[in-house]
Amino acid sequence: MISFAEPGEVKTALEEAKYLADDRIAQVVFLAERLGKPVLIEGPAGVGKTELAKALAVVHQRRLIRLQCYEGLDESKALYEWNYKKQLLRIQADQGSDWSQLEEDIFSEDYLLTRPLLEAIATEEPVVLLIDEIDRVEVETEALLLEVLSEFQVSIPELGTVQATSQPLVLLTSNNTRELSEALKRRCLFLHIGYPTVDREKQILLARVEGVTEHLAEQVARIVRSVRSFDLKKAPSVSESIDWARTLITLGVAEVEAADVTDTLHVLLKYQTDIERVAKELEI
Amino acid sequence: MLLDVLTGFIEELRSAGVPVSMVEAIDATEALRYTDLGDRAAFRSTLEATLVKNVRHLEAFGTAFDVYFAHHRPEPNATDGNGSSRKTEPVSGEGGRSGTGGEGDLDELLEALFQALLSEDLAGMRALVRQAVDDYAGIEPGRPVGGTYYLYRTLRRLGVDGLLERLLEAEDGQGRSALEDRLVRDEFEERIEQLREEIRDEIRRRLVADRGREAVAKTLRKPLLEDVDLMHAARADLAQLEQVINPLARKLAARLAHKRRLRRSGRLDFRRTMRRSLSTGGVPIDPQFRAPHPIKPEIFLLCDISGSMATFARFTLQFMYAMSSQFSKVRSFAFIDALDEITPYLGVGTDFPHALDRISTEAEVVWIDGHSDYGRSLDQFWTRFGGQLTRRSTVIITGDARNNYRDVNSTIVPQLVEVSRAVYWLNPEPEAYWDTGDSVMSAYGRHCTGAYEVRNLRQLEAFVEQIALPPIGRVARPVPHEPGPGRFWKR
Repeated sequence: MISFAEPGEVKTALEEAKYLADDRIAQVVFLAERLGKPVLIEGPAGVGKTELAKALAVVHQRRLIRLQCYEGLDESKALYEWNYKKQLLRIQADQGSDWSQLEEDIFSEDYLLTRPLLEAIATEEPVVLLIDEIDRVEVETEALLLEVLSEFQVSIPELGTVQATSQPLVLLTSNNTRELSEALKRRCLFLHIGYPTVDREKQILLARVEGVTEHLAEQVARIVRSVRSFDLKKAPSVSESIDWARTLITLGVAEVEAADVTDTLHVLLKYQTDIERVAKELEI
Repeated sequence: MLLDVLTGFIEELRSAGVPVSMVEAIDATEALRYTDLGDRAAFRSTLEATLVKNVRHLEAFGTAFDVYFAHHRPEPNATDGNGSSRKTEPVSGEGGRSGTGGEGDLDELLEALFQALLSEDLAGMRALVRQAVDDYAGIEPGRPVGGTYYLYRTLRRLGVDGLLERLLEAEDGQGRSALEDRLVRDEFEERIEQLREEIRDEIRRRLVADRGREAVAKTLRKPLLEDVDLMHAARADLAQLEQVINPLARKLAARLAHKRRLRRSGRLDFRRTMRRSLSTGGVPIDPQFRAPHPIKPEIFLLCDISGSMATFARFTLQFMYAMSSQFSKVRSFAFIDALDEITPYLGVGTDFPHALDRISTEAEVVWIDGHSDYGRSLDQFWTRFGGQLTRRSTVIITGDARNNYRDVNSTIVPQLVEVSRAVYWLNPEPEAYWDTGDSVMSAYGRHCTGAYEVRNLRQLEAFVEQIALPPIGRVARPVPHEPGPGRFWKR
């Protein structure tokens, strides 16, 4: 695994993985690796929170383990589960043998189904662990994560404590639909990713969109900035501006005219009222 | 040394309402070991990542950081004791300069500033900003101010709006489409905004040099947005409130929807339980419950929109409409000394400030003199709409209950309570002021299901959460003939 000497190197490495980080992102990632702390990333949807984790996995040539959170996520889906069927088969196959011996056997690692969190700390080579949309689980479920996040261990009553053989780089993302618990926040470094500046957005477009010219990228970035300044239900995010640039290229547009914007505005905006509003404001 | 400043800074964050725990403070110190202290931006990122854990606190953090860690940029010319002479110079300079030959200097400065903005020359702009603040801010040492006035004074002298126009003209406008025009304008507006921020930072830097960090930070300390008093909010705060109110309502709606789903209605589904029990030999081991069927309340919102109450009414309306997915229906009424239904003017996508202007001119809310008359307005509501209230209706009345010494008509509220599910009163005044002067709060409040002091967004959010998700079963209502005075104060 590569260890960075300074934040600048993080930035360059991420850039090679086609992720355009700004100084702040690089700094926080650098600190996270140095301090061995998880990073909690917040920000509007589509600004590249998940992408950052993917890019980091590429940079470190590590495996990315992703835990997508949802309502009702529980221990057996996040941490581990006993393989009941296999245990049952074993018991049936071994009928008549000594019970205490059997019990020891069926509660061993062979019968354990690892789920993302356990897997992330039990693997030989270090991984990048992405816990996506943490705000979707209930407050009570958050507690499951605490042990993993601060001690990098998982306690299994029948088996004892599984210590991390390697320390994963942990990233959590949140869309901020609810307040996360204090306990969780305290254990993390906090990184808020907002919409990028025109320059950075242009660089992102150049890196991400195939066949985009410098001129087109600049135009797209500038129009998107103007659109974001209106009071919209859902402001366009980086992922939308990338989609939009791709659409324009597919349509063979080299120079964005008012008519092109009108025709393709629905790629950028998701609500009819927003589309109408932007059309009116931009006088197109 | 650094540690002292850091503890002071953390102390300041806490005073500004940003909760910083001990662990986080230790983390910050630890993280600073890996930070290039010469790089201000990196230093800031480190502190931000370790000390702030909520987007809403970022602004307070920014202000405190600027004050505590003001940058000391190398002065372009002469550093020999210039800093100390600067502090006193403008006082004497201001009076003379504005009267006499300052105009030539101003023109020169403006021209240079214009060029710097046009070519996006940041370093040049900063030097010019220093110059401008020297000459035109007229900072008076020792005054306990936050610098807003100095900023205003500098901006006015520079004529920033004129600058924007000039920039637009300078950028050759020939043959540009309306779209291009708009983009260029947005670009320059951003640069001018940057200029404004530079000036503000420069002024803060001077203030810190003059009075020390603690003092300046204290002056600049602002309540967090959710604690801003809705009745007396400044214009800038209003704009910010406007921005957060919809996201806040959305968040609350998501939370409520989630809680609703989780809630068991508690009613046993006998048929399914028996069916299940067959697999366990007729023993009902696994009781089944009916899917929860929450009742969404129907809201009747009565708002006093007379002068002092207008802002509060607007935010309450806006919040309720943003939440309207949580209610089966929202109907709204406005009154001053007459009451009129305003539901047709409002909807989910309404531009609220604009809509309220329309309401106050078009709806019939003024009868004689345009001073609040709660008694008459409530009476009108009861006669015209009282018949439409059902057990599902929740009536919410907002206002300060300052009746201008008119007839209280206190029999209406008990009647409302009688026919509806609940009647709530939201008062934007501090509870200590209730019943002082012409306030007749308790005359109404004691009959209501609840009367609440709602002065800021935090309290408003808490209230809405409570009514949107009422406790299971019926809301306890006061016994009609015994209005028990103690009951309403106990909440």
